[in-house]
Amino acid sequence: MSSKKDRTRRDQASPPPESATKTKSAFSRRGFLQGAGAGATVLSTALLSEQEAEAANLAAAGPGAVDITLNVNGSDMKTKVEPRETLLDTLRNHLDLTAAKRVCDRGTCGACTVMMNGKVVYGCTVLAIDAVGSKIETLESLSAPGKKPHPIIQAFVNNDAQQCGYCTPGFVMSSKAFLDKNPNPTYEDVKKGLGGNLCRCGTYMGIRKAVLEAATELKNGGARA
Amino acid sequence: MDKRQVMGKRLNRLDGVAKASGKAKYSSDLNPDQLLYGVLLTCPHAHANIKSIDIEDAKRVPGVTSVRVILGAGKEVQWRGAEIASVAATSEPAARDAVRKIKVDYEILPHLVKEAELSKVGPRARPSGEQVSGDPEKGFAEADAVSEGIYGVPVITHCCLEPHGQIVRWSGDKIDYWPSTQNVSAVGGDLAKSLGVDVTNVSVDMQYMGGGFGSKFPADIWASEAAQHSKASGGRPVKMFLDRATELSIAGNRPSVFGKVKVAAKSDGTMTAWQSETWGSGGMTGGGLNADLFPYVFRQVPNRKVNHTAVSLNMGSARAWRAPNHPQQAYITFSAMEDLAAKLKMDPIDFFLKNIGTVRQDFRPTYERQLAKGMELIDWKKNWHQRGDSGKGPVKRGLGVGFATWGGLGHDSKCRTTINPDGTVEVEIGSQDIGTAARTMIAMVTAETTGIDYTRVKVKLGDNHYPASGASGGSTTTGGVSVSSRKAAVNAMDKLFEKIAPLLNSTPDQLEARDNTIRVKGDPSRSMSWTAACQKLGIEKITEMGENVGRNAGKEGLITQGVAGVQMADVSVDIETGVVKMNKLVIVQDCGLVVNPKTAESQGYGAGIMTICAALMEERITDQVLGKVLNADMEFYKLASMNDIGEIIVHMDIHPDNDKRGIIGLGEPVAIGGMAAIGNACANAIGVRVPSLPLTPDRVLAALAGKGRLA
Repeated sequence: MSSKKDRTRRDQASPPPESATKTKSAFSRRGFLQGAGAGATVLSTALLSEQEAEAANLAAAGPGAVDITLNVNGSDMKTKVEPRETLLDTLRNHLDLTAAKRVCDRGTCGACTVMMNGKVVYGCTVLAIDAVGSKIETLESLSAPGKKPHPIIQAFVNNDAQQCGYCTPGFVMSSKAFLDKNPNPTYEDVKKGLGGNLCRCGTYMGIRKAVLEAATELKNGGARA
Repeated sequence: MDKRQVMGKRLNRLDGVAKASGKAKYSSDLNPDQLLYGVLLTCPHAHANIKSIDIEDAKRVPGVTSVRVILGAGKEVQWRGAEIASVAATSEPAARDAVRKIKVDYEILPHLVKEAELSKVGPRARPSGEQVSGDPEKGFAEADAVSEGIYGVPVITHCCLEPHGQIVRWSGDKIDYWPSTQNVSAVGGDLAKSLGVDVTNVSVDMQYMGGGFGSKFPADIWASEAAQHSKASGGRPVKMFLDRATELSIAGNRPSVFGKVKVAAKSDGTMTAWQSETWGSGGMTGGGLNADLFPYVFRQVPNRKVNHTAVSLNMGSARAWRAPNHPQQAYITFSAMEDLAAKLKMDPIDFFLKNIGTVRQDFRPTYERQLAKGMELIDWKKNWHQRGDSGKGPVKRGLGVGFATWGGLGHDSKCRTTINPDGTVEVEIGSQDIGTAARTMIAMVTAETTGIDYTRVKVKLGDNHYPASGASGGSTTTGGVSVSSRKAAVNAMDKLFEKIAPLLNSTPDQLEARDNTIRVKGDPSRSMSWTAACQKLGIEKITEMGENVGRNAGKEGLITQGVAGVQMADVSVDIETGVVKMNKLVIVQDCGLVVNPKTAESQGYGAGIMTICAALMEERITDQVLGKVLNADMEFYKLASMNDIGEIIVHMDIHPDNDKRGIIGLGEPVAIGGMAAIGNACANAIGVRVPSLPLTPDRVLAALAGKGRLA
């Protein structure tokens, strides 16, 4: 199916966590691997050769819980996580930010989509300790007390682009990232651009219309009162 | 009809912003204080005896609060994924570590996990016995054409995005239960029974739920395990939700159905005989398909011989799956009938119309009307061609059709409606909104009756302390909750009219509520705003009950049952790669009086997409050697993405005759005929039948090479 291709393409397009390559993380990839069991860890560790890790001269973390500070939605949030815990589980279980959902838990469905340094990532395939030093934005950042709903959220409501709603937060975040890059999408662009998120209730028809409506709204000022 | 103010309008769902902004809290999102995490140990073998189990090392893992054995030494395990033990700990990683420390010694026993080839299932086959009506031999003998074929629909799973699970807090006598359920009013009793406590001690609260599709009615083992761990910890809440692999292995599935079908007709298309031998499995129990329902919809064929064999497999058990058995029966029936039409070189629409006399009588005009509408929407006359006559080039296009029928009578439901002196209206009902917009529809029915904006109605559901309402299954909710909330609102308005009538120099029977006012019928000048009217209540609110009793509902006339629908598909198939692409799916469906066309269409789109998934990509793949599900994850258990579904048109069959029948449920019927329509479209395109779904490239290419098989 074409979707699989799109998903793969998007997975590849997702950047490796910035901290792994640019920022000097306080955590050694080799060190925390010893305490990690998740397949995703092995995968992301493979991105960095052992020599590079040595060269980075980083302190070991784990296997026990470590104190970290994550910058989420503009605020520094302190918590204690095991090095093997994902960004998704950390947001949900430690920081009570539960808009991102755990569904497939291995980078397939997009329900845990969040932004890291302005780019979409699957929260279930990023380790919390790798997100240290990055700017993380979750769906919660699109709402503010007393303000009208964000145009993308309102467009989802107007077009009934949700049923049970469990995939919806991931779709809204993917739509945000998609529209940031593609402010003037065609119908075909939307179908391809959001082909990496999965819904079980079958809300795709509404989502297609919602994203087009949101694009128009955002262009017309998209003012959030 | 023209008098309606709210019903029938395209309105946004009331909890839309909460869901799309991520503020809606599902049970799996809750983080109550002192939360513990529960994890299951499941059996890695399809069939085994437990020789011994040792949990001592697990207990010593830091953070673990309790370890429990579910199936101990000497117990027989009948499927991979069966619950063996469970752990609660202060963190999820700790609980998973502890599960890995549990040592179980198994005696591995022989298993069976595949059923597509009936000759290989041996003593696991349980035939229901042949049922005969008319004279099948004579029916086949006097036919001009006989078509024989094999057809199959493999097991699929529900794949709910919010996995099965719950949080339970058992403190003292009191149990707080936050489930993910389709059954708010009764699931607490279910848990109470398994724990041996009084049902009145269990409080159920669920405001949002992330998909059930028929798999989330009972309180499962993992609910009682969570409760026991909570009790053992002295009352700390325990969150236990299945991981994805377990969800796809044991949290329910839709039984497979495979079949050999022989069907015959006169040269004018009149069917003379039907014979089907079907088999399938929904796990250990085999599944409960009723062979007597073949052929589906066109059931009154004069001569019939049917038999169904349930196959017991060492696999997790089936659960109700959106319109249980109907989609599989529709696929097998309409595939076989379309093959016969192709043999007769008839347009299948003409063939089905020729046999409309075998459909239950009251549905015949409905199907005729729906076929005409569907043909118009998919441009059938222009795009249909004789089977395989699809022109040059590797990409072949074809059309196909399927049918659906369902009951959809509203379930038992009670409701309590309160009109407050400040003008707010509250509806309390022990129902649930599983994504169908039930919350919104209850508000719309109440708004219709009280004359206020539907956004002013506060619907309180998802709590078993509210008046009991049925489980959301079988398309029974919309009918049930509409009647109870309508009656409660009418009763409350009678009380309000009694209070207001003297103030408008009128009598209660002369008043009406419209446009946020109470006014004298035919004399709008004598009116009072809703807010002013409610203020006249002083400090006394009005609270009234309403009730639907399913078995009496037909006589009352607010709701009925029995719906018909037609699905049509337009696909393109690349005969070099075997890839089937959806161009268009058309769904024409009646469900009586439509409460909210916007959310009703969403049901149609969603069900249509589910049928596309099942037709093109979705199947649970098992391995007989390993005895396991090979694709218990979402990479290889494939669901359609937004880019795989083509265009979908949902046409709700809204007209005065249907409105008069009252409200009927919709979730199931729209999920039935799509697989048959898509399968038939593929056969029409490529000239041969691909026997078994899903229509994956390997199956399509095999069929083109003359090697189409069920397994």
